[in-house]
Amino acid sequence: MSVATTHDHHHDHHGPPRGWQRWVYSTNHKDIGTMYLFFALFMLFFGGAMAMYIRAELFMPGVQLASPDFYNNMVTDHALVMVFGMVMPAAAGMANWMIPMMIGAPDMALPRLNNLSFWLLPAAAILLMLSIVAPYIFPDGGTPVNTGWTLLPPLSVQNGIGMDFTIFAIHTLGVSSILASINIVTTILNMRAPGMTMMKMPLFVWAWFFTALLLIAVMPVLAGAVTMLLFDRHFGTSFFDAAGGGDPILFQHLFWFFGHPEVYVLLLPSIGVLGLVIPTFARKPLFGYKALVYGMGVLAALGMVVWAHHQYTIGMSLVATNYFMIGTILISIPVGLMLMNFIFTMWRGSMTFETPMLFGIAIILMFSFAGVTGVMLAVVPADMQYHDTMFVVAHFHYALIPGAVFGLYAGVFYWLPKWTGHMYNERLGQIFFWWTTISFNLTFFPQHFSGLAGMPRRIVDYSIQYTEFNMISSIGGFLFGLSHLLFLYIIIQTIRGGAKAPAKPWEGSQIGTPGLEWTLPSPPPFHSFTEAPVIK
Amino acid sequence: MLPRRDKCLSALFITGGAWLFSSMAHAAYEYNLTPPASTLTQEIFDLHMLTTIVGTIIMALVTGMIIYALINFRHAKGAIPDQEFHNGWFGRWAWVLVPVIVLSIDLTIASSASSTLSSVESHDKADVTVKVIGSQWKWTYEYMDDDIKIVSNLKKLEPTDPLYLRDVDDPLVLPTGKRVRFLLTSSDVLHNWGIAEIVPKKINIPGYINETWTNITKEGTYRGQCYENCGTGHAFMPAVVRAVSPTEYEQWKVTRKAQQAQSAAEASADKVWAKAELMAKGEAVYTKNCLACHQANGQGLPGVFPALAGSKIANNTAALADHIAIVVKGKAGTAMAAWGPQLNDLDIAAVVTYERNAWGNTAGELVQPKDIKAAR
Repeated sequence: MSVATTHDHHHDHHGPPRGWQRWVYSTNHKDIGTMYLFFALFMLFFGGAMAMYIRAELFMPGVQLASPDFYNNMVTDHALVMVFGMVMPAAAGMANWMIPMMIGAPDMALPRLNNLSFWLLPAAAILLMLSIVAPYIFPDGGTPVNTGWTLLPPLSVQNGIGMDFTIFAIHTLGVSSILASINIVTTILNMRAPGMTMMKMPLFVWAWFFTALLLIAVMPVLAGAVTMLLFDRHFGTSFFDAAGGGDPILFQHLFWFFGHPEVYVLLLPSIGVLGLVIPTFARKPLFGYKALVYGMGVLAALGMVVWAHHQYTIGMSLVATNYFMIGTILISIPVGLMLMNFIFTMWRGSMTFETPMLFGIAIILMFSFAGVTGVMLAVVPADMQYHDTMFVVAHFHYALIPGAVFGLYAGVFYWLPKWTGHMYNERLGQIFFWWTTISFNLTFFPQHFSGLAGMPRRIVDYSIQYTEFNMISSIGGFLFGLSHLLFLYIIIQTIRGGAKAPAKPWEGSQIGTPGLEWTLPSPPPFHSFTEAPVIK
Repeated sequence: MLPRRDKCLSALFITGGAWLFSSMAHAAYEYNLTPPASTLTQEIFDLHMLTTIVGTIIMALVTGMIIYALINFRHAKGAIPDQEFHNGWFGRWAWVLVPVIVLSIDLTIASSASSTLSSVESHDKADVTVKVIGSQWKWTYEYMDDDIKIVSNLKKLEPTDPLYLRDVDDPLVLPTGKRVRFLLTSSDVLHNWGIAEIVPKKINIPGYINETWTNITKEGTYRGQCYENCGTGHAFMPAVVRAVSPTEYEQWKVTRKAQQAQSAAEASADKVWAKAELMAKGEAVYTKNCLACHQANGQGLPGVFPALAGSKIANNTAALADHIAIVVKGKAGTAMAAWGPQLNDLDIAAVVTYERNAWGNTAGELVQPKDIKAAR
């Protein structure tokens, strides 16, 4: 905390560095946050283009656009890009921008590490792109990465050189996430302004605290698993080969020990955003702040111990399956608590419906729907029917698009005035909201039906009985993709100008939490707090 | 009078809703879990309906509360925010009340699910046991009590056919009213033999055996497919079961065994085959087993599966022994399987002959069953 008062003098008189050095050598949390956000925006369009390809291929039966392997490669990389390239960096960008300002710190605790954790991301993105083209440019390049994002052996051992690029991309992404998480935990624990106790922190800060702890706990497991895969591929080991004494299921356990907590890594930052947006526009303090904080802790802890519900069909013992089933169903308790907190925050409030709030309300509705299908999937015997059908695809897109992505949109619109100093165009923001929400539902709701009727996931071609639902889904998908051009336009327009934003653009934005970010002008100065603010 | 924007929106909703509804009506039987046709899947279906109904009620409650809030607690309506709401009795007890309610719903579902799970995992004595082997990209069924083996391949149909990707050349035949145990395994990568009407899924894992079972209640043909991503041909691996009455099943077994004995005798007889016979047989074997990877024109898929047309082995007189070895023993580290254990000498001889003489290949040898016997 004393850092805040001693750090300022030698920078203050010469302002931000100019030109490319400002960005490449940056140690400023806002500049790095901006780079994270733009990187995420780029990857959103990259991953979105792959989704458009997938929906175009599935528009009608028959293989029209490319080989099944290329299709499966697109499915794999759509997931990897969206999870590691889009949602996580976007959430990390918001963390970089907002956490120091919310807790009254001048910057992140480890600014140079912060620079490194960002610049690892473009490197990883290049590796991922190489993994797509490698099979075609190397002689005997073998199969593209056709495994789906779970990279399950033995299929991933059969793949060509593209798989090695994918493995190295995952290593790089993992290092980036762990470094960023260490930085965030250190910042939250050490850099809070005097008087800012843990229980006074805005919910977004709490959400990122749990997220970062989860990442530090599970990312190394994924790194270990893909390293073992690399050894199986090239160095003659048999970790995952039953013929050599290994176990193909071991990889699944390792992957999902990472993969399930990863779901909460994607969700929690957005829940943190909701914890600010809903009270602001309801003009009323968050209902059950403590319950939400503890709820997130319980969610993170439970999320660590139920990974095998992704593998109900591998043939576990009756006792193990029962345990994973009941553990998974119990997750509905903290999630139910969260939904209750948000609904009762709106209750007896005084709501206005600016774009962030519209997204907030839509998230509550659609995410509870994802929770309901989640309970259905948790029930083992029923899951044996749903397993690897489009029903699962529909479920996790309902969880991840409203739960994570729409939460990020809510955050972007909520903080755009603060970041840029300009108000965004509210009318366009609302059009964007309705356009995405309607097209999202048009895309993914029919997939519940085709999934229940038995359509498997990750197939390039399907029998004609699923045609209607896939056509609706594809049209919805194209509309959903197209809506993001409007999103891009709104952001560029806001950066370039518009009505000046006051320090506190939203009437209700200091209710309930200390809200230190709103005490700064919009946009905030290069070093947020030159003197540590004091919380009463 | 609604503002213009609201009118546009409601028009959009109505059109979209009508469109969704009409397409649902068109595919009326295709939006719920497939109707069950066995005792076990009936139990699972009931469980599915229970969770669906509970979920629907919860969604209705949540939606109702939100809509109520949206209507009544609007700034535009002059609603005054109650800044002390979270400090009332409800604020202090809600965090206990809500989890208790959710927990009781959870336990209702979990107890019902737990008993169904016990039926899924029961290991009573089976009347028929079938080993289901997944491989890239077909199913092999072995009846453990009878000497019957079925290799089930995709039947190629046009994308307009009602059974496109849903039919196979040789389906699994099972009796109704008998307990059938399935032992699931795989010869290369993960597969998942899934037919929702009759059987809960377990995945096929190389080197492991998983178990699931059924007791089919209705005669008929049940169709499913592979549910675990197994690579290039994943979308082209239908699984079909024909369920017949026990008497019909016994008759089928007798006929099937007779056919198998006949073709085995034919293959092991030391007959020398003529080129036309070998080529015709070879093309059939190729179409059934090799076409998915090496393609009908023998060109393979560049970078993924090697071409046979004009290849260094198939189009080279000196490399005959290599060619036979690779077909019989497979190639480690690739998707090329060992066909020795799966095909008889005659089939392998025919397909090798075919590959060396088709698509402009000029190696030209005739391979006879005795050559394969020697190479094994």
